[in-house]
Amino acid sequence: MAGQSDSTMSLFSSEEIEFMAEDEMTEIVPNLRMDSLNFICGDYGPFLPQLAAQVPLWLALALKKRGKCTIRLPQWMSVENLTRVLEAERDSHAFQPLPFHYIEISRLLFDHAREDIPDMYMVRSLIEDIRDVRFHKVETNLEKFTASTVTWKNMSAMEVNVIRAFAGRALQAFYKHDNEQQTPDTDRAQDKQPQSTY
Amino acid sequence: MATEESASVMDDYEMLISTTDVELLKRAWRNEKAAPEILQFESSLVQRIKEQIELAEQNEEIFEANNIEPLTVSLYQMDLDRTQFLLRSYLRVRLQKIEKYLFYVLKTDEYLNRLSKQEQMFARRCTDDLGSHLDETVLAKLPDNYRSILKQSITSEEDDMGTRSSLNLFYFSFFFMCLNIIAIYYVCL
Repeated sequence: MAGQSDSTMSLFSSEEIEFMAEDEMTEIVPNLRMDSLNFICGDYGPFLPQLAAQVPLWLALALKKRGKCTIRLPQWMSVENLTRVLEAERDSHAFQPLPFHYIEISRLLFDHAREDIPDMYMVRSLIEDIRDVRFHKVETNLEKFTASTVTWKNMSAMEVNVIRAFAGRALQAFYKHDNEQQTPDTDRAQDKQPQSTY
Repeated sequence: MATEESASVMDDYEMLISTTDVELLKRAWRNEKAAPEILQFESSLVQRIKEQIELAEQNEEIFEANNIEPLTVSLYQMDLDRTQFLLRSYLRVRLQKIEKYLFYVLKTDEYLNRLSKQEQMFARRCTDDLGSHLDETVLAKLPDNYRSILKQSITSEEDDMGTRSSLNLFYFSFFFMCLNIIAIYYVCL
């Protein structure tokens, strides 16, 4: 897709998006005793065997890889929920609410915590289907893309990323062609810079 | 818009209590990567993060001396690595932008003031190096009228060489729209 062309500076690589996804909180059940961890990114623990704890995904995976915990599957990844989401996704034009990093989180869990996922095969194919339906929506939405109607709710990180560069350039082109008819008015654009509140 | 702003002030206050510096740095990094122009340098944040990284490095030495469990040490190491990556990437994106819009950034006070002391130094040294390189290889061999690195020819009224940041309304509003969606989503969580 168009998102793959240059403008490397404004795009996040998939590794970088995965990095962000790894900060999402996950519930684990440790099987070891460990004191609190006072990280730069926050304090976690103390950990006691069989007592559920909330940790970032990267920590959960690190413990999982060493066999020190089991990961509790997030509620949204249950077969019932995913089936419901897939149906709703097929029925409507809107994007269903899913975690912002649903692709990355599910991928990481499939890769590293497969024995903690009941119905692994089912869950995986459901997520793949959801992803396909949603990317198809992204593509059809792009066909109807105009400068005035850019309101897509509930898009996920990967989906935003795919269209970010393309949409940015498209809007730039709209702007340019609009201005060709009027007098070129670059000053106005510079006056109205939104602050970076996010 | 006004209500949004007051709401965001409230949010900011609540965030300040609960948000870690890593979270703030991650936000700054994300904004910096997504924005076409260079943003204000987060000097106090970067300073705080640097101190925390140093502290974590010292702790690591203490752990090793005290025979703390290797598992715990490796987890702390991972946390340190992640923070360092974030800081490096943040600084690198900014350097890339400075290099790309070198002359424009130096010429415009507004942008120049957004840089840290070190970044300003970097920008000036970059210009000097680039200037002398272009001088030696090409410009000195051209006729007098075409020797400026900033102007196409001596008749140009303003500096018309070099890239300027491709700013315009839509670019911005779109990026920030994307970011807002993300923000809204997080609030919903």
